[in-house]
Amino acid sequence: MEKLKYERPIINKINAGVPDKFGMKVRTQIMPKIENHSVKELIKNYGSPVYVISEKIIRDTYKEAYQAFSTRYPKVQFAWSYKTNYLDAVCKIFHDEGSWAEVVSGFEYNKALSNGVSGSKIIFNGPDKSDDDLEQAVLNNSFIHIDHFDELYSLIKISNRLKKTAKVAIRVNMDAGIYPQWDRFGFNYENGEAWNALNRIMLSENLELVGLHTHIGTYIMTASAYGVAAAKLADLAVRVQKKFNHTIKYIDLGGGFASKNTLKGAYLPGKDTCPSFDDYAESMTNALINSEIEPDKLPTLFLETGRALIDDAGYIIGTVLANKRLANGRRSTIIDVGVNLLFTSFWYEHDVLPAQETSQQTEDTTIYGPLCMNIDVIRAAIQFPLLQKDDNFVIPRIGAYNMTQWMQFITLRPNIILLGVDGNVHVIREKETSETFKNAEKMPKHLDKK
Amino acid sequence: MKLKSNIAISDSGFIFDPVSGDSYTLNPIGKEILSLLKGNKSDKEISDFIFEKYDIEESIFEKNYYDFIGMLSHHNLLEEL
Ligand SMILES: Cc1ncc(COP(=O)(O)O)c(C=O)c1O
Repeated sequence: MEKLKYERPIINKINAGVPDKFGMKVRTQIMPKIENHSVKELIKNYGSPVYVISEKIIRDTYKEAYQAFSTRYPKVQFAWSYKTNYLDAVCKIFHDEGSWAEVVSGFEYNKALSNGVSGSKIIFNGPDKSDDDLEQAVLNNSFIHIDHFDELYSLIKISNRLKKTAKVAIRVNMDAGIYPQWDRFGFNYENGEAWNALNRIMLSENLELVGLHTHIGTYIMTASAYGVAAAKLADLAVRVQKKFNHTIKYIDLGGGFASKNTLKGAYLPGKDTCPSFDDYAESMTNALINSEIEPDKLPTLFLETGRALIDDAGYIIGTVLANKRLANGRRSTIIDVGVNLLFTSFWYEHDVLPAQETSQQTEDTTIYGPLCMNIDVIRAAIQFPLLQKDDNFVIPRIGAYNMTQWMQFITLRPNIILLGVDGNVHVIREKETSETFKNAEKMPKHLDKK
Repeated sequence: MKLKSNIAISDSGFIFDPVSGDSYTLNPIGKEILSLLKGNKSDKEISDFIFEKYDIEESIFEKNYYDFIGMLSHHNLLEEL
């Protein structure tokens, strides 16, 4: 007689139907494949864990976002926020779709140049631009978004020395109804600092004021905040027009759209609560169109959307290392993905999906990474099916920030692969080796004894 | 290993502890094991039964079995030894 399929015996206490912190019991979703590629095959060929990026999802998401804006407003330009994910292959896909580059350091600036972006299509943000960085940006006709008065005065000096006009905007911070208010970047709107900076720029011979910029925060759940921000920047543009008869060419409303991830402590999943691209677009473009800016002088709308364009395209897949029972009886599952590779697990409740058939039985489980540190918790409390050692899993929606904010710790960073629209799998960043680290280290002579 | 005698097991894998008032659910294999325990079967008899019926490696079942017994003990469903 053929034997029956086994599953681990389990017992779950019933808690009178009240959802506890582990959430309501839901049907376990499994994910044996990403697009047409078997997760097990990918792990066999590229190691475990491994980051996976879908070119198709990047392109589809970009097109969806672009369409939401371009159908509502005549002039729209996205600039890819490098810090969100600056793998060259990823940047190139965005540039191929029509995105410019938004960078915040000399390192990112040079990356954009080497990805073939012309200097005049680079937006240079952030509080950390060295004099050399500024000089390069002026010479390349990049858009320099001034963060503070010290930078404004550096730039006046540099552009005078080079006898070349610098194209500038200021970053404005403001009360857009968002808490916390990000007031550490740029010049404040409400207290008049932004207006002062604009006046100073208009009086500088070699600075050309081309734009106004703000980035009100990240994972903004209320689309209407963008309407407030757009209206305040429009007001500055109108005042510049009146006083100096000078037309602002673009308004850059930064990034900050929520991705469909679920924030920790949120009651409902992010995919049910976060606004759509259409919601954000509606709010911004209405504010601009209804402002007092004359219709023939409407500025181009720049967007520096990061996480909402890339989160869905990224996955990390890996392997179960062990199961354990904690002293309080709760199950814990240890996986080979730690918080060092999944930085965003500090603020998101990431889904962890089995890559093979499992029973529908689930247990209250804590999922730990392999780091030998107490903070290494991927999910503190999840209803999770019974995975055995060596089973595989997929953590979806991790494309933003994890591949730039990752930390090397006790093991090496893994491969990153791209599922190309050509149907092939491409390694776009090779896993690190012991040499990667050895090569950068130097041994003082007196310690170098055999 | 002995299940407390007053524990009730329903056909659908639902169990009730009349002392604490707590109830639990079991998956089908959990229910089979619990019924065997209720019938005073030994660990060896139970594992032989499972190997006969299911496609599973001995070492994996052994791990899962002791983990399961641990949970029964954690929920105070076993007689004190
Ligand atoms: C200036 C600027 N623009 C754009 C972004 C991208 O933001 P997000 O990923 O929230 O869209 C950031 C992120 O911090 C930023 O600082």
